[in-house]
Amino acid sequence: MFVAQKEKTPEKLVLKQLEKKHELKRPILRNCIVSFLVGGTICALGQAISFFYIYFFDFTEQTSGNPTVATLIFISMLLTGFGVYDRIGQFAGAGSAVPVTGFGNAVISAAIEHKTEGFVQGVGGNMFKMAGSVILFGVFAAFVVAIIHTVIGMIGG
Amino acid sequence: MLAMFFWSFIVGGLICVIGQLIMDIGKIPAGHMLTILVVVGAILDGLGLYEPLLDFAGAGASVPITSFGNSLTHGALQEAEKHGLIGVITGMFEVTSSGVSAAIIFAFIGALIFRSRG
Repeated sequence: MFVAQKEKTPEKLVLKQLEKKHELKRPILRNCIVSFLVGGTICALGQAISFFYIYFFDFTEQTSGNPTVATLIFISMLLTGFGVYDRIGQFAGAGSAVPVTGFGNAVISAAIEHKTEGFVQGVGGNMFKMAGSVILFGVFAAFVVAIIHTVIGMIGG
Repeated sequence: MLAMFFWSFIVGGLICVIGQLIMDIGKIPAGHMLTILVVVGAILDGLGLYEPLLDFAGAGASVPITSFGNSLTHGALQEAEKHGLIGVITGMFEVTSSGVSAAIIFAFIGALIFRSRG
């Protein structure tokens, strides 16, 4: 009564088999190829943008990452607003989610979606609904890593 | 220059494939996959492995979300060298400010201009 029953009744087994039979098969190879091509293209576009900043605005190869990211997020604002990015996302999976444009898309689409609830509670409150976890875990992981790194450096000299 | 385009395409594409494999084989939703990649990026910079990748692949390493974790750690470590442990907090967003601020600014502008569809 107190312990959840772990034994599988025959009905459950049949159900499991049915589930397995009708589960959508993920076309892993096709997904990987598409996300490779789309992700690679976005990164190559980013490379073109960073060359643009290096040659015309005196950025170095190290510092060109920042304006490149900002430009890509600007592009993803336009694509998200016109509904293009969602279509790319359905087609490309991780290929459009992993580049920073996917981060921009998550923030921007949440902002646009909640516009009807007003700018303070809707847009302001929901902007980081999806992207917030990326920031949270990124910051916390960086915090832990940096603390460990610094402490080891202090002890080891 | 052409080599740089080639390697950024290959490396950026491969990082996306890793994300896709985490999603497909691990049956993990996209949001969780992205947080995993960010944490991996932060750890790789702590080990000093992300910087060589950036030199090698340029935007191929700086555009995927892993670079967000990398630059968070990088800023924290940079400040920590100057100010000790307090620098870990103060330096966190020093390098990667543009990603977050651009996202906030353009998201607000986008919300002003566009209407949600559907």
